Amino acid sequence: MAKGVKPRVKVPKSASAGDTITIKTLISHKMESGQRKDGDGNPIPRSIINRFTCEFNGQSVIDINLDAAISTNPYFEFEAKVPEAGEFKFTWYDDDGSVYEEIKSIAVN
Amino acid sequence: MELTRRKALMLGAGVTALAFMPFTPASAAVEDAIAEFTGGADAGEGDITLITPEIAENGNTVPVSVDAPGAVSIAIFAAGNPNPDVVTFNFGPLAASHSASTRMRLAGTQDVIAIAKMPDGSFIRAANQVKVTIGGCGG
Amino acid sequence: MRSISLRILASVAALTAIGSLSAMAEDLPELVINEDIEMVTRTKAPAHLENLDEIRSGWTFRTKETQAFQMDDFDNPGMIFVDQALDTWETVDGAAGKSCATCHEGPESMTGLRATLPKWNEDAGEVWTMEMYINDCRENRMQADAWGWKSQPMLNMNALISLQSRGMPVDVKIDGPAQSAWEKGKEMYYTRYGQLELSCANCHEQNYDNYIRADHLSQGQINGFPVYRLKQANLITAHNRFKGCIRDTRAETFSEGSPEFVALELYVGSRGNGLSVEAPSVRN
Repeated sequence: MAKGVKPRVKVPKSASAGDTITIKTLISHKMESGQRKDGDGNPIPRSIINRFTCEFNGQSVIDINLDAAISTNPYFEFEAKVPEAGEFKFTWYDDDGSVYEEIKSIAVN
Repeated sequence: MELTRRKALMLGAGVTALAFMPFTPASAAVEDAIAEFTGGADAGEGDITLITPEIAENGNTVPVSVDAPGAVSIAIFAAGNPNPDVVTFNFGPLAASHSASTRMRLAGTQDVIAIAKMPDGSFIRAANQVKVTIGGCGG
Repeated sequence: MRSISLRILASVAALTAIGSLSAMAEDLPELVINEDIEMVTRTKAPAHLENLDEIRSGWTFRTKETQAFQMDDFDNPGMIFVDQALDTWETVDGAAGKSCATCHEGPESMTGLRATLPKWNEDAGEVWTMEMYINDCRENRMQADAWGWKSQPMLNMNALISLQSRGMPVDVKIDGPAQSAWEKGKEMYYTRYGQLELSCANCHEQNYDNYIRADHLSQGQINGFPVYRLKQANLITAHNRFKGCIRDTRAETFSEGSPEFVALELYVGSRGNGLSVEAPSVRN
């Protein structure tokens, strides 16, 4: 697992059923592009988060394929429907096989 | 070859034309990347909005937003990057809008292209130029 | 008669000036973080700053896209490092078996500290920066290894502690025992360095708001440090930028943590007295 990877997710704590909410996510990751060279001129191999998904109660909100042009510490903002109370599950997939997960519950009032 | 005055003038004109050509008018690499997403289909005009800064103060972190109501997915390409693929957003049933924002790396001033795949299998596109400033003060 | 008409002229000129100022003020963007914390990004220069009337945060010189990064803590990538420091704050390290929390409870106990730094440390008999306070705790109270000035845990902890003062006015003391370091810093600020023979003042006092090639020159205020800099995609310190600036004059530069840079940080910090602490801010 890449060192120091830490997700940061903004989801409102509650909403009304059927509401649209805005979600923001940040995760610490170098996103080594594979385009750079080290001090000796050898290429530094690519090491990025290549996929990010957000699901709500098992149903997909968004499924994102990332390429090496996504900036260090990847950021996403998108909108989700909240049909009922439940859990948002966020998953980041690293080139090295690591998977980082974050869960946020939302209440419906 | 004998360099006549006429030939020298023509040569000069050619060099000038080359120098004044706009930067990379969409390289083969970006055409290939787009074709991979569209399966070679043409992307036309449509309801797609691409928001990028006119001037990016640093090419490392350039904010980008796309919105294409009804789209199944939207892909973003950076025409002047060594690898033009940037990101593909695939919208699920619980997406409240077919819009998303992220931050990307741009290797220099170039065109950014967004292509949306619509439910009927058609594609629409939008493109913006982003100027990336190279400052005097690095490091 | 002549003096009266002159006075009228002067007041008309003053009115015009006020008119155009207020028209300008309406167009100026305001920095409000999380739609809650109102920041002072422009204010009257402190009395000891004889060559400027108004001081301005570096935020006011940035494009609207760069400015927006700082306006919400979920848009500000610097905040992920603050989160990392929160974990470190609770983590026991060193032979004494202590964490930061053992002595200081929550990080909010640090509220106000950043606004006054660097400051005179009576016991040490010298001016101390945030890094020196952190390493004193680590070495003497925790009996842990000191962190390098540029190390990630140091940058992160600096950001976490600085954040506790966000929105408070910078209030760096320049008199008393700190005065000689302040004078030294001031002398450095006006000293021309390097083959290009440029002083801090040449760019950041005499030419702020102008462009040096494509760079929009700021006043070089350090109220936002540690800064998340888009170029490095990481937190950086004021000393990092001092080093970059001096290197760009093609001079041999001082290193992070050197007495020269501590003095310069004290002086440059005091030039921002009255601006809000913005750490972790976002710049290009």
